[in-house]
Amino acid sequence: MAQKYRFIGQPTPRKDASSIVTGKAIYINDVKLPNMLVGKVLRSPYPHAIIKEINVEKAKSLPGVKAVLTYKDVPDWKLGLPSHLRVLDRKVRFVGDAVSLVAAETEEIAQEALDLIEVEYEVLPAVFDVEEAIKEGAPQLYDEFPNNILPLGNPWFGSPEAPEGLKELQLGDVEKGFSEADVVVEGTFYYENIANPLPPEPPGAIAYWEDPKTVHVWLSSQGLYMDKISLYYIMGRKYNVRVHACQCGGSYGSKGTILPIALYAILLAKATGRPVKLCYTKEEHLTSFTIRLGSRFKGKVGLKKDGTVTAISGDWLVNTGYYSAVTQGQVAVGLGEVQLVIRCENWDLRPKVICTNRDNSSWIRGFGGQELKSVLLPLLYMAMAKLNIDPVEFFKKNVIKNGQGYYWRDGRWWISRVVDFTKTIDKGAEVFGWKEKWKGWLKPTLVKGSKRRGVGVGVHSNADVGEDDAEAFIRIDPNHTVTLFVAVPEQGGGQRSNLCKLVAEVLQIPLENVFLSPPDSDVNPYDFGLVGSRGTYAIGSAVIEAAEDAKRKLLERASRKLGVPPEKLETSDGIIYVKDDPKRQITWRRAMGPTYTIWGYGHYEPDYSLCNFMISFVEVEVDTETGKVDLIRVVNATDAGQIIDPLCLENQLNGCLGSAGIDTAIFEETVLDSKIGRILTTNLIDYKWRTFLDLPEIKNVILETPFPSHRFGAVGVGEIATSPGPPAVLMAISNAIGKWINTYPASPWVILEALGKRKEA
Amino acid sequence: MKERTVIHLEVNGKAYDLILYKDVFPHHTLAYTLRETLNLTGTKIGCDHGACGACTVLINGKPILSCLTLTIECDGKTITTIEGLGNPEKGELHPLQESFIKHTAFQCGFCTPGIIMSLKALIDERESVSEEDIKEALSGHFCRCISHYHVLEAVKDVIKRRVS
Repeated sequence: MAQKYRFIGQPTPRKDASSIVTGKAIYINDVKLPNMLVGKVLRSPYPHAIIKEINVEKAKSLPGVKAVLTYKDVPDWKLGLPSHLRVLDRKVRFVGDAVSLVAAETEEIAQEALDLIEVEYEVLPAVFDVEEAIKEGAPQLYDEFPNNILPLGNPWFGSPEAPEGLKELQLGDVEKGFSEADVVVEGTFYYENIANPLPPEPPGAIAYWEDPKTVHVWLSSQGLYMDKISLYYIMGRKYNVRVHACQCGGSYGSKGTILPIALYAILLAKATGRPVKLCYTKEEHLTSFTIRLGSRFKGKVGLKKDGTVTAISGDWLVNTGYYSAVTQGQVAVGLGEVQLVIRCENWDLRPKVICTNRDNSSWIRGFGGQELKSVLLPLLYMAMAKLNIDPVEFFKKNVIKNGQGYYWRDGRWWISRVVDFTKTIDKGAEVFGWKEKWKGWLKPTLVKGSKRRGVGVGVHSNADVGEDDAEAFIRIDPNHTVTLFVAVPEQGGGQRSNLCKLVAEVLQIPLENVFLSPPDSDVNPYDFGLVGSRGTYAIGSAVIEAAEDAKRKLLERASRKLGVPPEKLETSDGIIYVKDDPKRQITWRRAMGPTYTIWGYGHYEPDYSLCNFMISFVEVEVDTETGKVDLIRVVNATDAGQIIDPLCLENQLNGCLGSAGIDTAIFEETVLDSKIGRILTTNLIDYKWRTFLDLPEIKNVILETPFPSHRFGAVGVGEIATSPGPPAVLMAISNAIGKWINTYPASPWVILEALGKRKEA
Repeated sequence: MKERTVIHLEVNGKAYDLILYKDVFPHHTLAYTLRETLNLTGTKIGCDHGACGACTVLINGKPILSCLTLTIECDGKTITTIEGLGNPEKGELHPLQESFIKHTAFQCGFCTPGIIMSLKALIDERESVSEEDIKEALSGHFCRCISHYHVLEAVKDVIKRRVS
């Protein structure tokens, strides 16, 4: 088959490839500024306490210490949705909460200063479980939130101009729906292993005040404006925050913003008049940054024999930890996403966002939807089993079809414009060999001695591919180069390089002639952030429009020199030629003149009618003697519309295992000791992760059915890779051993208990 | 007067004399010295407790975790970091680096320098290398993006070319 495009769809080296493999790529902790100080945080040893006394005099007098800050010294800046967490507070709300900030000449001095700060705490009772937290008389984290329940539907940045957001899912009449069901199943399910997305690079930031109004922040995050605007609002709309993004050493959502670290650096830099770097240690990363939402569903589903879901009702209890950064947004997205794979006319789904005395749950890929479906699908699986419904047939019936409607995170009803995802399901099932391996519910695929194999399947869909505004500029230089200005940092998916491919394709200029502006918020136009799967469609569309705008201006200029109308001209490889008479041509340089640049601008407006989709088939082997689960094989199937870069896409889909994805069903968890409120998995040995020796076979089936509204027919799918897997694994384990397993992670203890073989030590 | 102690390191072919209690302190790890004193920031610190492999460098050709190695233990040793691979002055890359680029054998790239250093030690040490050998050699490297599959392709490509 002839190549459809010159650059798009071809495997090309990433723009930053050479800098990565030579060690030249600059990550946040590689940045050194003149006179830079090191910042450190003193953390609370108690999950809930009032600071009765704090004495920093000894710490301040240690040579080399330049600032020690406590709640008494800082402005009343508040984080969270709605604003509720003071940047340093007299009250501490989890083991690891910030008590004091220190800036010193060296890390050793800063560390020593922390030890010299004298704190007297009044320890308060703490609460860790969501149902305990909402009881009358439970410890209260915030006076303004009785029963620890946060208001829903809060808009981004707390801006009154932003939409309210989806608060609950109310549709039809659930009682009527349940009465029409062939089976109604009830239960409570937990996805509360609060896994850590845990990028290899610990989060960090550097701040420097250029003048009393302007602060520069270097950081490692997924967006520039997300930090810039969040900081602007938190800091009372008084300052210009200029954000410089470094190469991001992994994020998986968790570095959606780099708060509150950036604020700590900003405060210390203000207090000292010098640049301050504050990079977390891995222990801080594991205990005091961002973990997955705790998700509990108590409810029921009604199902008909033909796979029609007649009603879903229940309480979705969401544990956000000690504060909410974006949890209401995650709840809104989760409520939206669930409708894209479970078609149901009667919903009564009531979420509650609840604060507890543990680390914060915030940005993570999967963003609400993974958490909700991981507790809702197991209940539906039990209903399907009662009616002997093949889950693959169920998903084919229930996946969103073109023209069907749903409430999205903005609270509005959208009509989908999607390709036929049943083809993706069929193709995935065929490659996996579903028909051969599926033996029915709670039946193993294979039994060999004490080892049993089972198969499972899960799905995910997100209407975020076209979410939020994006802008881009293109500059054409007379030296036949093009520079793309876009507020996108590189976090690993290769999006910066892929956006260059779109530019090269529109302008038909070799990829090596396309350059990128630095990811600096005050150089580049607005973009919401490289979050969700919006890179290809939302950001990509702005970039394409900017490139087309620049091309139009270029051809207009050439038209004057050639005396031919611009519509009769085309360009390729820095040459503009007459389409009907290609020998009549001039170079970009001659068309433009040597002292002129051409600028194109593109803007993308949000559109929530476009959904992506992914289905994951898994095969596991369970050792019924030891309870150990091995993941044998994964087949992911998706429709990307048009692949931009096959290697980058494969990489992103392989990411289904780690970063709090599939492995959260097998071994990944943050272990919180609820007697003392401490996280016990504080290092990379205790926190379990998959090594090179434990790799399953992965096959990614990627269909390319063009999405008509994108110039190249493409949509993004990267973010959702982690999401279909966790319930699929539980299904596979249940089938392997013939007992329902509904606990994450399905550790050997859980499995042995289900098999009646667990012996207390 | 106390005689001054000097730690001699050869890093990427260049000799460094580090004066104790001036350029280097007894508690400095090799990772710290490389990054903060010699400004060789290609070596990354991920966990700083010997569990992620990001800080892997070669000492006398063998891969070690530079976050668990004290600089004062390295007196007289030859150290190779990611900056010393290929021929940086001529802009030439090591075959592993070339293959990593060709296969996009990374995503965020933070673990990449450590992985490449372990692989260099492996392919320098052994004539024939199996897939199991590669996995074993990389079993201590934490890659969270899951670039493992492309890394394996990239190494196998290098080995295949070496054989032919």
